[in-house]
Amino acid sequence: MLSLLPDLSKAQRSAHASPTSDPMADAARKHAIRTLTEFDTGKVTRLKDGRALREYWIDALNTEIEVAPGVRYAAWTFNGAVPGPTLRCTEGDSILVHFTNKAAMPHSMHFHGIHAANMDGVFEQVPPGSSFDYAFTAKPFGLHIYHCHTMPVKMHIARGLYGVFLVDPKTPRPKAREMVMVMNGFDTDLNDEDNEFYTVNGFANVFFRDYPIPVKQGELQRVYLVNMTEFDLLNSMHTHATFFHVYPTGTTTTPTNYTDTITLGQGERAILEFRYDYPGRFLFHAHQNEFAELGWLGQFEVKP
Amino acid sequence: MTPPREGRPGDAGQAHAATRPSALRVVLSGIAPLVLVGLMVWWFLLFGINYVRLGPPPVEKLAIERVIFKPQEITLLVRNEGPGPLTVAQVLVNQAMWDFSITPGRELARLQSARISIPFDWIEGDPYNFDVITGTGIRHVRKVEVATGTPSVSPRALGIFGLLGVYVGVIPVFLGLLWLPFLRSMPRSWMDFWISLTVGLLAFLAIDTFREAFEVMGRVPEFLNGLMLVALGAIGAFLALTGIDGIMRRRGGSRPAGARGMGLALMIAIGIGLHNLGEGLAIGAAYTLGEVALGSFLILGFTLHNTTEGLAILSPLVQEKVSWRDLFLLGLVGGGPTIVGTWTGAFTYSDPLSLVFLGIGGGAILQVISVLVRARAESGESAIEALAKPRNIAGLLVGFILMYLTGLLVAG
Repeated sequence: MLSLLPDLSKAQRSAHASPTSDPMADAARKHAIRTLTEFDTGKVTRLKDGRALREYWIDALNTEIEVAPGVRYAAWTFNGAVPGPTLRCTEGDSILVHFTNKAAMPHSMHFHGIHAANMDGVFEQVPPGSSFDYAFTAKPFGLHIYHCHTMPVKMHIARGLYGVFLVDPKTPRPKAREMVMVMNGFDTDLNDEDNEFYTVNGFANVFFRDYPIPVKQGELQRVYLVNMTEFDLLNSMHTHATFFHVYPTGTTTTPTNYTDTITLGQGERAILEFRYDYPGRFLFHAHQNEFAELGWLGQFEVKP
Repeated sequence: MTPPREGRPGDAGQAHAATRPSALRVVLSGIAPLVLVGLMVWWFLLFGINYVRLGPPPVEKLAIERVIFKPQEITLLVRNEGPGPLTVAQVLVNQAMWDFSITPGRELARLQSARISIPFDWIEGDPYNFDVITGTGIRHVRKVEVATGTPSVSPRALGIFGLLGVYVGVIPVFLGLLWLPFLRSMPRSWMDFWISLTVGLLAFLAIDTFREAFEVMGRVPEFLNGLMLVALGAIGAFLALTGIDGIMRRRGGSRPAGARGMGLALMIAIGIGLHNLGEGLAIGAAYTLGEVALGSFLILGFTLHNTTEGLAILSPLVQEKVSWRDLFLLGLVGGGPTIVGTWTGAFTYSDPLSLVFLGIGGGAILQVISVLVRARAESGESAIEALAKPRNIAGLLVGFILMYLTGLLVAG
């Protein structure tokens, strides 16, 4: 089925690519590419006990974004795009998130992790125009998420209020080229809980048509893979011509599986590590091919 | 010019004649309301609209009016039938994003249409779903049950669809006409039965025509008001045929009585012909729109079904002298339009136009029914009283049931 897709050079010439001038699409593309490698490590100060205090600033906003060329979506966002910024820290750090709700209805931030009840972002709803500080210690290490937990939660997540919360182990993982990939879907007509498009990092086919990800042959690649899809029970990732080690939820440092296809439920995530032995272009995509053909398709461009 | 006097009873006509207005005044009085309406529209668009523009932007509405299958390419004809402009953003074929080109462009003004070309290796006979997603993320859907190559006008295609029309329209009507000797061999007292049987057949056809029209109506953009297109055709046909009937009647008065039977038969043939035009349209279009696979069974079904139409034309002729030439003419008038229909339906199909034609067919048949019933009514009898005789009721029902049963053969 995938072989029917036009090759990249043809695709770029075709009408499938966005209209000639579309600043909103360009912004969405840039955001998707930036999300791949950009980590917000916060403003760091040393506490008396030697621990790091990391402060982050997050705003909830109503933002119109583009999710596929020409297709606009009335999103609710953390800091103006979907997904929100990847917040990165180390296990044991003291975390302080300054959250301001600049949107039109109550929102909250619910972090996956181990913390006190009043820091869970469920019962302390933040009305429009108000702020809330979330303070907790980062634990356990692993690949986590944060998202709005205002009801109806499925709508607040589907509209785009989520991001990655990455807690590194105290002993760092081996050096690798790191990438964040947030799988999601967009029900653009908002009326049937049926996603029109599927993306990685918010824009359909961005890593296939706009930015094939450059990779060095033999170099260790680490993908932080997160599933924030709503309305579909599962999402998945398949890499062509390589196999990866799987660290479920990133909470172990020894892999539990060696495969080329991984399926994640809603809110589930895993760290994948792999290398490419051969140069060339290699696809990666959801192995629910119906998702792949609605935007969840990318390629690595492996160079010697 | 004097203003009209306060009229006294009795001199109104005179006063009117005395104050016939000048041509200028007629023109001005005709134009004044238009000018006022124009001013109002101008004011509203400039200022008034600000008072009523409330709420979010209107929902985009795009109709995929037609799907054309050519080798390795599918073309969608779309029209913006929403209240404002829209942008065509993405096209999905069977739930997969696909390359496309669009002319004249992605931006469509209200009621503007565009042509979306999709390079696609489609498979004959498969069902296809098309989704056009517009700028605000709305999905506009069209399903095709059976993909079939859209015929282009060529001698071969003309031949095939012409032959189709001959099979489902012309041949059966002529075959039905061959019952004339049989009808003549029956007792004269059966005349009423044959006529009421014809009314039963025609009633079935009329209902069937309007059913078809309602089906097509579902596909026609709302703003075109499909129901009124059908009504336009039906009322127009009914009135036109009533006029023709009147002319024939007046002429018939100075001719031998035999002309009346022939005139009536001709009216029935015209009504059935107009119905067959609609039926041909529907068959040609159903094939082109990929709704049916035209199997031999379907064609045979239509053939048998339509044989009864020949029977209907005959009933006024049972006691008349008719030449073979006249019979041939009647068959041609009743069956021939099917060919025009299949051609039009296959090559230049348009839903709104076919609604008008279906209305014409339905209205024509209703008019013929009214002529038939009135012709049978004895002096002082109402049409209902004429029909309510046992023999006529039997004829009506037999006609209707005959149509129903042969209609079962047209499955799909």
